[in-house]
Amino acid sequence: MTTPEDTSDDRPSGSSAGRPDDSSEEPTYETTDKGHTPAEKDLHARVRRKEVGQSSAEPAIGSSPHGPDRDLGVREDMPENTVVPAGASSLEVVAVREGMFGVQGSGDTSGYGRLRRPVVMPGATPRPYGGWFDEFADRLELVLADQGVSGAIERVVVHRGEMTVHLRREHLLTTMQQLRDDPHLRFEMFSGISGVHYPEDTGRELHAVYHLLSMTHNRRIRLEVSVPDADPHLPSVMSVYPTADWHERETYDFFGMIFDGHPALTRIMMPDDWPGHPQRKDYPLGGIPVEYKGATIPPPDTRRSYR
Amino acid sequence: MTTRTGATADPTNDPYAPQADYTAGPVFTVTGQDWDSIVNGAAEAEAERVVVNMGPQHPSTHGVLRLILELDGETVTEARCGIGYLHTGIEKNMEYRNWVQGTTFCTRMDYLAPFYNEAAYARGVERLLDIEDDVPEKALVMRVLLMELNRISSHLVAIATGGMEIGALTVMTIGFRERELVLDMFELITGLRMNHAFIRPGGVAQDMPPGALESIREFVKLMKKRLPEYAAFCNANPIFKGRLTDVGTLDLAGCLALGVTGPALRSTGYPWDLRRTEPYWGYDTYDFDVVTWDTADSYGRFRIRLEEMWQSLRIVEQCADRLGDLEDAPVIVADKKIAWPAQLSVGADGMGNSLDHIRHIMGESMEALIHHFKLVTEGFRVPAGQAYGVVEAPRGELACHVVSDGGTRPYRAHFRDPSFVNLQAVSVMSEGGMVADVIVAVASLDPVMGGVDR
Repeated sequence: MTTPEDTSDDRPSGSSAGRPDDSSEEPTYETTDKGHTPAEKDLHARVRRKEVGQSSAEPAIGSSPHGPDRDLGVREDMPENTVVPAGASSLEVVAVREGMFGVQGSGDTSGYGRLRRPVVMPGATPRPYGGWFDEFADRLELVLADQGVSGAIERVVVHRGEMTVHLRREHLLTTMQQLRDDPHLRFEMFSGISGVHYPEDTGRELHAVYHLLSMTHNRRIRLEVSVPDADPHLPSVMSVYPTADWHERETYDFFGMIFDGHPALTRIMMPDDWPGHPQRKDYPLGGIPVEYKGATIPPPDTRRSYR
Repeated sequence: MTTRTGATADPTNDPYAPQADYTAGPVFTVTGQDWDSIVNGAAEAEAERVVVNMGPQHPSTHGVLRLILELDGETVTEARCGIGYLHTGIEKNMEYRNWVQGTTFCTRMDYLAPFYNEAAYARGVERLLDIEDDVPEKALVMRVLLMELNRISSHLVAIATGGMEIGALTVMTIGFRERELVLDMFELITGLRMNHAFIRPGGVAQDMPPGALESIREFVKLMKKRLPEYAAFCNANPIFKGRLTDVGTLDLAGCLALGVTGPALRSTGYPWDLRRTEPYWGYDTYDFDVVTWDTADSYGRFRIRLEEMWQSLRIVEQCADRLGDLEDAPVIVADKKIAWPAQLSVGADGMGNSLDHIRHIMGESMEALIHHFKLVTEGFRVPAGQAYGVVEAPRGELACHVVSDGGTRPYRAHFRDPSFVNLQAVSVMSEGGMVADVIVAVASLDPVMGGVDR
């Protein structure tokens, strides 16, 4: 029987279209910190200033200075209509929405056009995380220190009983290897990758979200790596988890993230010569207006929407 | 360039592919009834390496799956899957509809197990809404009931089409006969045979119709008579065993490395079933066994499916008993900001909003009308964040990663479909074997291309 490592999926011929440059040498990644443009996103900046532990040089897990009964601290700066995720310890602004119905440039007679709503995601969680999360985080810190890796963990978010570890891409592979091999971590099952595109989160537009499962300890964690749109490279984890093969191809196909070290990073769903990456937010949904009983219904992406 | 074709015309004259650029050797287009020309042509060409492109339109590839096989005689030296022929952009489309409409889209992914798609999605959304503990008991029992009925129908199709692909046509006819009974149950409860959009964030769309419990009990009684037929047809059938035993083997290490879950994982003897290991929606309160086998081959997967249908029947019986005690209990969360306002009823012109509800919003309560309007057009908002909803589908771990930006629509919904992941194992399971065994290996994974390609 063939070994599981033999699962590289090479298209037989003519599959080079849309394939990224193959650089054989070890890829190097710049550490990505957020660089917002304050002029257009002053709200962004105001909110972020109050945020803690954000992109400082080396935040170890749980280095947040929040006290036990902290205040989210950002509410007074935000418009009233901000939807704050309940149970979050701090907030992370990823975009600012304007207006109400998604219609731009038609003159605002309703007054709704002046609405501004920051899109806030749950931010870093301070220790203790509760449950097995602390034990897990301690162990992960320890094994990463043993490997001589520092600053791999950007922040940890515990929300709705699920743990998300935000990693810097340069340490992704080492971390994955440790997560799989260390007997106290032992995440032997790689569930999948999903890409998420935050076009307004400058410098961190593309997120790859990895879902891991430890069958030994019956635990699930989520790893999140963000890369800038201008440099969408991150290491392939196929050498650790062979099942990542198709997941990485899918994420490349739909988001344009380039997984360095993948043996055959080609499109998997879309045709080889397809232009663009369809799941990105700047890629239109498409569709045509449909006429029904005399009325014309516009395609879904141009219909009025509630922002 | 040498090109020989069978029944079709010379491809160089094909107006739809005028600039075809052939880099390979002779190309044969097989359409049936032209075998002599193929045999003669292959003998002339003396090809050492034959690449057979099987599918995407092929009766034995279990859907629009394309298999690219490199052959040495009849032995497969390399096997690769080509997928994407059924990609419909469901995940992208979901970003343009509200949270409830998302159910309508995702139910169409794995079309043989629609309730599981809805269930994974609902689990994710309910976690983000933080209403997991508020979903009423009756909704959870109904979900479990429908999912287990669905597991039976899905396994029946797996066995039926798998049997058909190796020539056991009777297994196919009886498999679809029984599946029809399950679909009748679905139609009775949800109004639809497939694509139900019945499990909604917060509960289910509709209460049990009158008389449903009796029909379920009759169905269980009938299935208990019919299921032994499969065992009688197949379990000890020497041809069936000869085709399936030791074919498509994948051991535990292989399964874990490739992320394979479901019957294929359990056929290695590892009792991994999320209903037991990570119980959701009250599965820990039901009596059932996790079925395993120890041969790690296609035959073991067949036996697991067969036995799992019995276990599902046990759960269905328990659900029916519980539903008997839960008459007139609510089936969706009490929070009126989330619960769908209208109940459906069947009128003279088909199913629609119940007249009682219409009377209420049009004649009695302005607030109810506003609420109805807001919920149906705008939808509810889901607090920002991300969640991972996971269920044990007939084919393995089906998970939904939902991301919300605090709006009325999913910011992103990604499905980890077990068929998609399991298909990666086709190479490992079929290389070194016969061409005919590729079919068996694929059938034993039971991929559903609607789920693979989404």
